[in-house]
Amino acid sequence: MSEHNYQPKSKFGKWFNDRLPLLTLANHLTDYPTPKNLNYWWTFGGILTFCLITQIITGLVLAMHYIAHADLAFSSVEHIMRDVNYGWLIRYIHANGASMFFLAVYIHIFRSLFYGSYKAPREIIWILGIMIYLLMMAAAFMGYVLPWGQMSFWGATVITNLFSAIPLVGESITTWLWGGYSVDNPTLTRFFTLHYLIPFLILGLVVLHIWALHVPGNNNPIGIDIKKPSKDTVSFHPYIVVKDLFALLLFLILFAFFVFYSPNVLGHADNYIEANPLVTPAHIVPEWYLLPFYAILRSIPDKLMGVIAMLSAILILAALPWLDTSKIRSAVFRPLYKQFYWILVLDVLILGYVGAMPAEGLYLLIARIGTAYYFAHFLIILPILGKVEKTLPLPMSISEPILGGSLNAEPARSKEDFQKL
Amino acid sequence: MSDQKKVNRRDFIYTASTVVGVVGVGAAAWPLIDQMNPDASVKALATTEVDVSLVKPGQSITVLWRGKPVFIKRRTDNEIAEAKAVSLTELKHPEKDEDRASNPEWLVMLGVCTHLGCVPLADKGDYKGWFCPCHGSHYDTSGRIRKGPAPTNLEIPKYEFVNSNTIKIG
Repeated sequence: MSEHNYQPKSKFGKWFNDRLPLLTLANHLTDYPTPKNLNYWWTFGGILTFCLITQIITGLVLAMHYIAHADLAFSSVEHIMRDVNYGWLIRYIHANGASMFFLAVYIHIFRSLFYGSYKAPREIIWILGIMIYLLMMAAAFMGYVLPWGQMSFWGATVITNLFSAIPLVGESITTWLWGGYSVDNPTLTRFFTLHYLIPFLILGLVVLHIWALHVPGNNNPIGIDIKKPSKDTVSFHPYIVVKDLFALLLFLILFAFFVFYSPNVLGHADNYIEANPLVTPAHIVPEWYLLPFYAILRSIPDKLMGVIAMLSAILILAALPWLDTSKIRSAVFRPLYKQFYWILVLDVLILGYVGAMPAEGLYLLIARIGTAYYFAHFLIILPILGKVEKTLPLPMSISEPILGGSLNAEPARSKEDFQKL
Repeated sequence: MSDQKKVNRRDFIYTASTVVGVVGVGAAAWPLIDQMNPDASVKALATTEVDVSLVKPGQSITVLWRGKPVFIKRRTDNEIAEAKAVSLTELKHPEKDEDRASNPEWLVMLGVCTHLGCVPLADKGDYKGWFCPCHGSHYDTSGRIRKGPAPTNLEIPKYEFVNSNTIKIG
């Protein structure tokens, strides 16, 4: 690529760049060749970067007013809401920002699942993404504990108790996590510290995630390898930058709707009651973005197995590049996978729904079927599908389906046909 | 090449310095890990004395011990009889009622569900004992798990009667 030969125009720029090649990096980022057929599902990487920066900036501001102490945390949050200038706005952006962050990350993950972006040579990008997702869940969980309301306290109790399921050392691990014999002040102060730390770890992983992306370049909706740079690519700036900004604008409309018109609709009223270690709320539910995993946890009648199933549901994603045996990336050319993909989306939505419902009767049955199907999708369906599925012929380039007629009306030429011509 | 290779002084130095390095890093890491365990002020609150003279049969009080709720229940004759009548084969975690309440009138146990740590509600559930609202565990009048995801009975803390009116927990 051309950036290796990049020479700054100004004399100072050249002097500086010879010593620290930041301008070479900037030139690489602007000229970065991007497939010209990226659709709007590809704008969520930029949206997620925006979400992370928003959370860090609003979080820094909140930390200036928040007091991490079991006796003061709850009232310091109310102090932010009532007394601090624009405190309500900053806290609502931060709280709803977490939900928006997860909404965007789920779209980003499911885009990757549809277009096979996790497949070779992009496995490391995918695994870094799973690590970011895990850290996001840890950060969101610890952040939710900080207001020290009833849901904070009991959510922290339930989640930290998951570790007590570990045989032999479980009890000592939970005591160590708590810094006592129950969730209390030492737990709160360490959660605050970690909640402050994790976003910066995520930021570091995001840099690696983008670095790893820039080695092979973006996947694209038809999932074929393209020559870079070529007629199939456009430069990142201004084409993708402007498109990402437009998508971000639309996303911000939704974000603003929650912040300004229903800032508490995604939370729980119980969290406006101060933490009370003697009373458990009648119905403990995690935040919406954790519900599918919560449903999996509750669907297994054994404590240890439930915890293992819940963790496996996330970690199984890291093995996905090897579980999916199909060489074809995009679901556009995989008629059967496309159907199973949508069944999986439905399955996760159903799991999310039953995760919010009481774990009994029909809901429990649905949760069990949904859990079984979730694992079957990754462990049985995907490995077999890659071997038996009859895929549609791939076009030779991004331009070909457009120049050679519509994909739906008439299959584009296969490689063999192309070689005969 | 491999058959020519002998352990020489340099290999020894590499191995020895790696071992010393690992031990050193481990020793330096331990205080950073152990600082998260319960500190002296938390451990100092390890015992609580409770006056139970005002608790009437059928009543139950909840006290805080080491940050956790402890149920002190003065059981009625019916409840004791019910707890004793259960055969051990029916139990997920078999324990005799005598072993759980040395003085059958007084049942002292941690009010912490053994599933994921919620506080069970008294006089609820299918076995008229306790019911955990979080994930639906049912406990009987002896605090034994009868139905639901909890793996074990409600835990009995170390306690003793200091005199007929006072229980010392811890």
